Amino acid sequence: MAYEHRRLPYRRAPGLDAPEPCHDVVIVGAGPVGLAMALDLANHGQGSVLLDDNDRVSIGSRAICWSKRSLEILARLGVGHRCVEKGVTWHVGRTFHRDREIFAFDLLPEDGHEMPAFVNLQQYHVEEYLTEAVLANPLIDFRPLNRVAAIRPALPELYVQTPEGSYTLQARYVLACDGARSAIRTIMRLEFAGELFEERFLIADIEMKADFPPERRFWFEPPFHPGQSALLHKQPDNIWRIDLQLGWDADPEAERAPERVIPRIERMVGHRDFRLDWVSVYSFQCRRLDRFVHGPVIFVGDSAHVVSPFGARGGNGGLQDVDALGWRLAALLAGRASERVLSAYDAERTFGADENIRNSTRTTRFMTPADGVERLYRDSTLALAAEAPFARALANSGRLSRPCTYPLDAPDDPALPATSRPGSVAPDAPLEGGWLMRQLGPDPVLLALGREAPRIDGVRILAPALNDHLRQRYLGNAPGALCLIRPDQVVGARWTTADAAAVSHEIDRMWGRA
Amino acid sequence: MKLVTEPNFADPDETYARLLAAHSGLSEAESHAFNAALVLILMNHIGDDAAIAEALALAHRATKP
Repeated sequence: MAYEHRRLPYRRAPGLDAPEPCHDVVIVGAGPVGLAMALDLANHGQGSVLLDDNDRVSIGSRAICWSKRSLEILARLGVGHRCVEKGVTWHVGRTFHRDREIFAFDLLPEDGHEMPAFVNLQQYHVEEYLTEAVLANPLIDFRPLNRVAAIRPALPELYVQTPEGSYTLQARYVLACDGARSAIRTIMRLEFAGELFEERFLIADIEMKADFPPERRFWFEPPFHPGQSALLHKQPDNIWRIDLQLGWDADPEAERAPERVIPRIERMVGHRDFRLDWVSVYSFQCRRLDRFVHGPVIFVGDSAHVVSPFGARGGNGGLQDVDALGWRLAALLAGRASERVLSAYDAERTFGADENIRNSTRTTRFMTPADGVERLYRDSTLALAAEAPFARALANSGRLSRPCTYPLDAPDDPALPATSRPGSVAPDAPLEGGWLMRQLGPDPVLLALGREAPRIDGVRILAPALNDHLRQRYLGNAPGALCLIRPDQVVGARWTTADAAAVSHEIDRMWGRA
Repeated sequence: MKLVTEPNFADPDETYARLLAAHSGLSEAESHAFNAALVLILMNHIGDDAAIAEALALAHRATKP
């Protein structure tokens, strides 16, 4: 059935009647990133005002593939398990060329993780869950139908329009979570440099009953859509996501019309027994801001960077931005950290955005090769893939979102396994009666495995009983280790043995105080 | 691994003749496709990034001196 969009509660803003005090944080945009940002700050005890220009969750399912890392972040915000329960869990992808399957991949080949590799769930469901959590949180002042019309970035000061008139808001920090067409980015005239790819895709959600398995299916040059590519994803409520490559010459307006869309989908699914739920035509872009931190105005999510969609690196990348910023900004406002933590956010997330853009650009090149040698090698790779396994590794229909490993300059020990090296998200592992990931954050954690942990103020010690998963992911052949895990569940430093002074020094660096 | 640029064929003339023979009967477009497949197959066989980088640079010098 079609999703029923309820209106979010609008209330008259206090600023319409009297000047408001300067707020610590104003978040602009209540999409998945803005909502998650407000909740993450609240998890660290930091309040915020959250503005949005409308009063509904996302129209159309838009982002649908939520990665393991996003689910771990959403779990910390209180909605991850709802997403898993409602969503379609998948971990197998199949890639076809013409009429045959050339390979399949499994994104989570090992067990011992609480969250699956991916869950497909319409953006409006995720926003609905996040919105409910936001409305229930006393630290968040959520204001639907409050549109930012102008900003004076130096102060910063926002001019906000509501159905009942305009008012001014002052904040110590403004977080621009206002999406790919960010109004704040436009008003500040910041260059959004990058690449537009000359290709158009039809994206459609249809409702139909079908018993295809919950797998990602991607076709190069399928018989039902000759010479182009196609993607099929399962979502909950009998909704299916279809992407069809159209070529650059396609007229986006004409291609959106149901009389054009329906026959294309009919050729793909083999019948006409479906209902169009949402249709859009888009082109690929990969762009990012040079810097994400502009004084007190900080860009988070699509306002800071956009990628082409194959790889699910847009929404997932945005949630990783939230993850990298929340603990730092909360600590800065609480006086625990210096402003240097914002430079660390900028450095880490521009690095993450570059990795996403690099992957996404390579996928795009493979999927929509330029005429000439690019097409020659692409076609040759696909022709070889059926027989030669190496060519399957080159066939690129999307490299699905995984968190990057930040290039941290931090203590490490080569005896310990690469999977938990500093800069990586701490790998999950089963513990007695639970999961490691759930024990990490919101404070820094010193994970002590086979070692006595030195006691340090502001650091929680976690010393679980060893098991095979913990050994394999954190120890390798070493008898013991100490891992300092940041509030965003990223490994900050690790040692086979360390004293209190060494760990304290890393804590100080984490807060930008050393 | 350093790229081997000294003669490495047992019988250079035979190998060269075999390469030409492999193209016989192919159209120009098919020859290009054949070459592309061959490059991919041999690159994978070599595998080593440094050797491949040297090979790419040498081919470039031979093409655009």
